[in-house]
Amino acid sequence: MKVGIIRFPGSNCDRDVFHALELAGAEPDYVWWSKRDLSDFEAVVIPGGFSYGDYLRAGAIAAITPVINGIKDCVEEGKPVLGICNGAQILAEVGLVPGVFTENQNAKFICKWTELKVNSSRTPFTSMYKKNEIIRMPIAHAEGRYYTEDLNQLRENDQIVLSFESENPNGSMEAITGVCDEEGLVCAIMPHPERASETILGSDDGLKFFKGMVK
Amino acid sequence: MKYDTEVKISLKKGMLNPEAATIQRALALLDYQVENTSTVDVIKFSIEGQDTGLVRKEVDEMCQRLLCNPVIHDYQIKISPKEE
Repeated sequence: MKVGIIRFPGSNCDRDVFHALELAGAEPDYVWWSKRDLSDFEAVVIPGGFSYGDYLRAGAIAAITPVINGIKDCVEEGKPVLGICNGAQILAEVGLVPGVFTENQNAKFICKWTELKVNSSRTPFTSMYKKNEIIRMPIAHAEGRYYTEDLNQLRENDQIVLSFESENPNGSMEAITGVCDEEGLVCAIMPHPERASETILGSDDGLKFFKGMVK
Repeated sequence: MKYDTEVKISLKKGMLNPEAATIQRALALLDYQVENTSTVDVIKFSIEGQDTGLVRKEVDEMCQRLLCNPVIHDYQIKISPKEE
């Protein structure tokens, strides 16, 4: 499966995502933000980082670049799209997933391992986990506090993908830290599965995000 | 005609504002007891346009498309003829 990894000025973990995708059996390639046509790819990952210096709001400027139109085409064609950390903030800014990831409640950058619950296994990315499975992946963000005006709708549509278990480090509504669109093909998560893709990193719990995507 | 434009962006009422809360706690460290601290972002630019109404419409569009996130923000637009 050919997977596009979208790069903006200020992206990071793009190479980590490349490595994790290779481990999962995919054929990844980098895509610069100015590329409009993503028809070569069967899936897309937007990695983390601080695109455009987080100016205005995290993800706001990346959200209006040409590559986003290519991603919207992918969504219409039913191709899976995963946004990790800054990628999640971008997908929320574009409106491809509901709500917003905004400043952490304690106003700090939080970088730590977290326990997470996989609330839904209906997305390609979570299809290899059991529903309600507890996994470990790290977070690294200052703007990850999830907020939405449509919480009931999210619950009814099974759009809550990941939530913090045992603690709520950033003050997210209902401890939510991963959501998807109604179809379950666009997924936005704050934790970093690529940083938990090999046991030498402390956990390989995140690898199934990529394996499920490739499956 | 040129216009000076000012967009004031604030969090919607009831939204948590960690920056304001941190500032209020810091003021308390200096023994200033204040309440209801909030912060606003101000974006200023000048723009060419036919009249105030048309400029306002264009700036409103900018707010919706980029400058604000309608999920969490309120905004105010101020437009005045550019002082030469």
